[in-house]
Amino acid sequence: MSSHYEAPIRKPLIIGDKNYHDVTVDVARPVEGRANKQWWIAFSIALAAFLWGIACVAYTVGTGIGTWGSNKTVGWAWDITNFVWWVGIGHAGTLISAVLLLFRQKWRMAINRSAEAMTIFSVIQAAMFPVFHMGRPWLAYWVMPIPNQFGSLWVNFNSPLLWDVFAISTYLSVSLVFWWTGLLPDFAMLRDRAITPFTKRVYSILSFGWSGRAKDWQRFEEVSLVLAGLATPLVLSVHTIVSFDFATSVIPGWHTTILPPYFVAGAIFSGFAMVNTLLIIMRKVSNLEAYITVQHIELMNIVIMITGSIVGIAYITELFVAWYSGVEYEQYAFLNRATGPYWWAYALMMTCNVISPQVMWFKKIRTSIFVSFVISIVVNIGMWFERFVIIVTSLHRDYLPSSWTMFQPTFVDAGFFIGTIGFFFVLFLLYSRSFPVIAQAEVKSIMKTSSETYKKLREQGGHDNHSHSEQNHH
Amino acid sequence: MSNKVIHVLYNDDDILMDAVRQTRAAHHHIEEIYTPFPVHGLDKAMGLAPTRIAITSFLYGLVGLSVATAMMNYIMIQDWPQDIGGKPSFSYIQNMPAFVPVMFEMTVFFAAHLMVITFYMRSKLWPFKEAENPDVRTTDDHFLMEVAVHGDEDQMVAFFEKTGAVEVKVIDKH
Repeated sequence: MSSHYEAPIRKPLIIGDKNYHDVTVDVARPVEGRANKQWWIAFSIALAAFLWGIACVAYTVGTGIGTWGSNKTVGWAWDITNFVWWVGIGHAGTLISAVLLLFRQKWRMAINRSAEAMTIFSVIQAAMFPVFHMGRPWLAYWVMPIPNQFGSLWVNFNSPLLWDVFAISTYLSVSLVFWWTGLLPDFAMLRDRAITPFTKRVYSILSFGWSGRAKDWQRFEEVSLVLAGLATPLVLSVHTIVSFDFATSVIPGWHTTILPPYFVAGAIFSGFAMVNTLLIIMRKVSNLEAYITVQHIELMNIVIMITGSIVGIAYITELFVAWYSGVEYEQYAFLNRATGPYWWAYALMMTCNVISPQVMWFKKIRTSIFVSFVISIVVNIGMWFERFVIIVTSLHRDYLPSSWTMFQPTFVDAGFFIGTIGFFFVLFLLYSRSFPVIAQAEVKSIMKTSSETYKKLREQGGHDNHSHSEQNHH
Repeated sequence: MSNKVIHVLYNDDDILMDAVRQTRAAHHHIEEIYTPFPVHGLDKAMGLAPTRIAITSFLYGLVGLSVATAMMNYIMIQDWPQDIGGKPSFSYIQNMPAFVPVMFEMTVFFAAHLMVITFYMRSKLWPFKEAENPDVRTTDDHFLMEVAVHGDEDQMVAFFEKTGAVEVKVIDKH
């Protein structure tokens, strides 16, 4: 059987003198302990933002979409910007849990749980924007293919907006079961450690009676692998279809074939930035520095740098193609985007997304926790502006100069957006105190290959009781 | 057969793997093994048949693809064909490019969800299901092998104590 060998040049993924029980204790500690003051402060701020968002949504639903800044010319603005931004953030979770599983990247084990949680929470935020832009959200079920007694017709399967309904709902539900299936053994760990009958009951229900039989694990691993295989094309399809919302229309600036790969790269880019934002704080607050190491942050920074560069190439390609097409409307759309009244948004997008990640070429910078955190925020701002630039600058000067206008967001636009940020952090903060935030069962399975303890033992020649079996089966 | 089983606890996956081989070589019947994390190669060492759950997923995916095709053919071509932008809906195959995204999504939807439901049913996992691991340490850092008692009980206990076990218990099941 496996000799647990891993090349010595690979840095350990679990730092410190840890055994299996230590992993259990470290992962259970934030759940079993009490929330500190900082947690309550963060939670209160998030909750206040969430409540303000609810108020703004209530105002929108009660009064109408006219409370937003969208106008006749700019019919889509912050709502779809926020929708695409949130969906994009979600993509990193699936990338870490699915794509990195297929590539057998062991470093995903420490971060996949939180990244998947981020995916689910951010897709929930994303879904709210199209639902409330419907104006009558209680009729949202009309997007389902239901017989036409409800109106005059069936839903239109030629429409990319309907493809989006199928893509986002498949994505959200598949991500949820993928996440939950992985959580079962970890909930079982919390259940078996629980002291009070109440927590035992709660984690017993959540763990679905997971017992950890050999056959269960065999199926568990196969199911994880197949779900990863399904989620990989799924995640690529989701942002591809989101980009179709724009690419299949005949608006100059939107109608380009580069949009699907450009959107997917941007989604991974912004998602990894958000993972970094969340985990840099969480590893500190929940004392998980031994599992979410500087190496993890460095690897995520490399992904940010690469996807940021892909996005940069996409921006430049877009400009080139607009010029090369010879279509004057297309050329004007891009000239206006870069030098028109929204030049500042374009400049902000270019600086944040293309230039700022290039600092990651320097090892000193990409292993600096502080700089990584700052860049992750900068990238998230930049990626919001990317969507704003694509959406608003392509619309605000259309074919009819008499209808040219600017977009002015209202406090309701801002409140709804802030509300989703609040809701996201409410969910994430609750998650961080009640869920096992590290896939501890999976981390235990890589202890012998990748932890500092076992790497040291191997270096010493393996003459100790822990690795005694290595001599028996090579 | 008696209802007695022996619970042998280990605290290391490699020791467990060796013990499983020795147990099988000594022709003792392993009823079950509970582990806190997936131990690679354990299923083969125990002689468990490979799981066929990936095959079910493929079949469910085919079902999803068929459902999507049938649904969109009925809605877009049969029941209420529309001429959108001068592109009439005469046949499914000619209009198919627009239907590919939904065909793909529904394939994934069916393949993923029905496979997970199959997994939960086969492994008896659902809310309010009582856990069946005999020792709470098996979700932490212990590995429990359950072996049916046959022949001389004391001899069996002695055998397992020599396999590196941290604990050997004889349990009367019901």
